[in-house]
Amino acid sequence: MTNKILVILEQRDNNIKKVSYEVSKAGFELSQKLNCAIEAVIVGGEINDLSKIGNYGIKKITHLKNSELNKYSSSAYTKTIVEFLNEIGANIILIGNTSLGKDLAPRIAAKLDAGIAVDVIKIETSENNIIATRPIYAGKALVDIKINSEKKVFTIRPNVFNPGEPTENNSEIIVKEISSPDFSTKVIEVKKAEGKLDVAEASLIVSGGRGMKEAANFKLVEDLAEVLGAAVGASRAVVDAGWRPHAEQVGQTGKTVSPNLYIALGISGAIQHLAGMRSSKCIVAINKDADAPIFQIADYGIAGDVFEVVPALIAELKK
Amino acid sequence: MKIAVCVSHVPDTAAKIKIGSDAKSIDPTDVTYILNPYDEFAIEEALKTKEKFGGEVVIISLGNESNKESVRKALAMGADNGILLKDSGIRDSISLSKALAEEIKLQNADLVFMGKQAVDYDNSITGQLTAEFLGFNCVSVVIKFDIDGNKITAEREIEGGKEIVETSIPAIITCQKGLNEPRYASLKGIMAAKKKVIEEKNASVFENKSEVIQMSKPVGKQAGKIIGKDSSAVPELVRLLKEEAKVI
Repeated sequence: MTNKILVILEQRDNNIKKVSYEVSKAGFELSQKLNCAIEAVIVGGEINDLSKIGNYGIKKITHLKNSELNKYSSSAYTKTIVEFLNEIGANIILIGNTSLGKDLAPRIAAKLDAGIAVDVIKIETSENNIIATRPIYAGKALVDIKINSEKKVFTIRPNVFNPGEPTENNSEIIVKEISSPDFSTKVIEVKKAEGKLDVAEASLIVSGGRGMKEAANFKLVEDLAEVLGAAVGASRAVVDAGWRPHAEQVGQTGKTVSPNLYIALGISGAIQHLAGMRSSKCIVAINKDADAPIFQIADYGIAGDVFEVVPALIAELKK
Repeated sequence: MKIAVCVSHVPDTAAKIKIGSDAKSIDPTDVTYILNPYDEFAIEEALKTKEKFGGEVVIISLGNESNKESVRKALAMGADNGILLKDSGIRDSISLSKALAEEIKLQNADLVFMGKQAVDYDNSITGQLTAEFLGFNCVSVVIKFDIDGNKITAEREIEGGKEIVETSIPAIITCQKGLNEPRYASLKGIMAAKKKVIEEKNASVFENKSEVIQMSKPVGKQAGKIIGKDSSAVPELVRLLKEEAKVI
């Protein structure tokens, strides 16, 4: 079977998500290694910046439009994309490992009876086969996976593949109106958490732990996050105590994150927490206890009182 | 209503993971296995649904003899029946989901709860795959669940918010922390669970679509430097973040 890659792009509020650029770049590099064709598809929305995708090497983009598809529907998106896939004859499918990608990718895999590897952080080729690397046990181990079926589905972890600098801009964009598909499962409303950055997508994260002593002190965590334009994270102890919502929890039963900068405030570093954030590119720990395990993986540490150090840090950053 | 809950038996989240000698699986020595934490939310939601609308809750687990511990825990929480699908082979999510789908069909269950992911392989796709193989609807990563007749309204967690989803049974719901507070097993429940028979049968075998080539430990991060003990270290920290790490 001749290989052909399809990258599934994702839009939110009519903008292409950052991870879609990363997936496009990963797909483009894979297409060069396999010496095969690549194209992209996007479902729903009124996309303003669709041509930008061409900057990452993909020459052909199909926009499948239907106003009813602006919001995600697992049944409708699955049907629409599988029909498109069969039409163009793609056998390698790449999508971001986002809440949408994680929901959609397995459905597509099941429809195609294809093998699937999710949350991929590295893609290599070996004798025309693809070897995907992904973390397991929340990052305590890595596994290399080979998919043996002809059709293969991969979801790509955000913040790992660097889309690099855009180079060219000459992609062909095809718009197709599609008729109303299967809406047996339908999103009827999207509720956004007001003005908050999500830890799973953020490139900067400020997290607080039990060392913050009480819920009200998280104001300090939020203030530092605001100065940096970072998302707020929390340790499990803090979430279990009801100080912060579960959506902010970083760790093995929370979110696994890989930001450029992770600042841990008053977090001692239980193994479950370290598992969820150890792949952060730069880790800063501020904690009174110089023997806390968090310092074992921190790039920079201040073994001091968060209530003294953090206000000084905020002031310094504001300078 | 027949409600099924699929549960995994996984290494404790506090376990240190060592790679086994085959370099394709972990070394189970000194590892404690537990009921997958997310499956507790699934069991709780199944029990709550049964309490509201009546019916029966059946626990299904695919694995070896030790999986019975996790099935037993679910029974102690209040589930009615347990099934162990015995399997000693290596499975990918596709063959696992097909085997689960087959049993769900046999059980005639029309509502299925699962944890949103197992904390060993972190795949978070078993629910969606199983639903597709059954032709069921599915809502994943659910933090709120309501059912009225055939109609399901569920909230699922997404980046920076949530989606309100409508669908209908038959359906699979994958459960996220925040959905409910799992109950503790009562002493009465524990005693009753001991008497319940866990039905054992061989899991159906399907072709794996993927295989593990090798497992490895991530490259250990070297501990960096403690640059100070109070706020006098702050200017140096900011300088390092800007000039050395280049992250701000």
